Amino acid sequence: MPLPYYVSPEQMMQDKAEYAKKGIAKGRSIIVMEYQDGVLMVADNPSASLYKISEVYDTIALSGAGKYSEFENLRKAGIRHADLKGFMYSREDVTGRSLANAYSQTLGTVFSQELKPMEVEILVVQVGDNGRPNELYRISFDGSIFDERGYAVIGGKSEAVQIFLKERYKNTPPLKDALALCISALENVTNQKLPLEGLEIAVLARDRVGRKFRRVPAAEARRILA
Amino acid sequence: MPLFSDEYYSSSFFDYLAQHRPDLTPGGRGGVPSAPSGPVPDEHRSAAVPPITRATTVLAIKYRGGVVIAGDRRATEGFQIADRRIEKVFKIDEHSAMAIAGAAGPCIEMARLFQTELEHYEKLEGMPLSCEGKANKLGQMVKANLPMVFQGLVVLPIYVGYDHKRGEGRIFKYDITGGRYEESDYYAIGSGGKDARNLMREHFRKDLSEPDALSVAMRALYTAADEDVGTGGPDFVRGIYPTAKVVSASGIADVEESRVQSVYAALLDGKKKES
Repeated sequence: MPLPYYVSPEQMMQDKAEYAKKGIAKGRSIIVMEYQDGVLMVADNPSASLYKISEVYDTIALSGAGKYSEFENLRKAGIRHADLKGFMYSREDVTGRSLANAYSQTLGTVFSQELKPMEVEILVVQVGDNGRPNELYRISFDGSIFDERGYAVIGGKSEAVQIFLKERYKNTPPLKDALALCISALENVTNQKLPLEGLEIAVLARDRVGRKFRRVPAAEARRILA
Repeated sequence: MPLFSDEYYSSSFFDYLAQHRPDLTPGGRGGVPSAPSGPVPDEHRSAAVPPITRATTVLAIKYRGGVVIAGDRRATEGFQIADRRIEKVFKIDEHSAMAIAGAAGPCIEMARLFQTELEHYEKLEGMPLSCEGKANKLGQMVKANLPMVFQGLVVLPIYVGYDHKRGEGRIFKYDITGGRYEESDYYAIGSGGKDARNLMREHFRKDLSEPDALSVAMRALYTAADEDVGTGGPDFVRGIYPTAKVVSASGIADVEESRVQSVYAALLDGKKKES
């Protein structure tokens, strides 16, 4: 039996990371931003039916950049996790933190044990009610998890978007300003005018009763910006 | 790998539970009966089965813009009253509700599971199930409960939903095998169901207004409570009244207790004048 070639663990991890990063860099960017009455999510997504932003539970939403099939499987797993927990215990016991941890574990395990890492980056968002702060978790392809404040960006040109937002984001703007800022950030890195129909917009609105997730169609976005 | 395997493509929370957490499904085995138990002599059964809380008259009646669904508040354990304020009408989602008759524990569990089921489907698929699809799914859940029926734990629902495609409210009733039957005007189930149906037959007209439909529904529950020990009528001393919900194009809404109270006050006035 021929022996497999020796590859050092460092080299193997580096190769995997490079592979995953390359996959994610191909995609477009997604921005999540806190505004006065909740959290706004904006994705550069020309498809009107293949979503990159999804509702998970009452106060929790998820968005993912990278390979669609892998994100879709992770999304379904997340919804099952949340619904099972809510059914077993109670609706208020479903938390973004526990979901973010589950994603971090899964992505971490796949990254270190499987031949092919997952080419996805994920944002888990929870809108805080009853005076609690919002929670934004960014989970990277290797399972590392970051607790973000104010705004978070994933996808292809995320670093450029982050730099753009860093200079302009001032403490929790109203919805209109937040939406305008997100759109100009996406337009800035893609160097083109983005029609509202080519954006996927959703909010977790704190003042809604029960399920706080809501998609914002282009017509309504136009009204908000006017 | 099998193509389109359930693991990745099923959008049903109930199937997910049955596969991965059968202990959490009604009956504890995902609805699959264990070893078949032979016929048990009746005297043994009545001695072995402890009294089961049974919930009792629930009804649904159509009006011009939708459906009124209502239920009494009494739960009994044999000849004892187990609960005077139990809730038998459940909001399922923004456009549907169900009311239940049978053993209280499994009934409430089924309502909760059905709520989760519909929300789960909507989130996974990105769009809600059709009214017909929801009614069929509930039929499958009633069918899965069949093994429990042989142990005396019956769960029978009435399901009402607003069908946006047809632009009307719809009423579905079920049998214990999960058979699903649509009713065109009104229906009532439970131990007082027959009395309630009789009254509704007398007073039902097509295109009732919403207040009239509510009034007929409350009168039907009153009659059922008059004739049936398992059904609780309005309790003026404690201030306990039947509960009702209205399902229409604009969604589901609770009927406020004050409205129910005034319906019964008017009804009582009429009765006093008659006598």
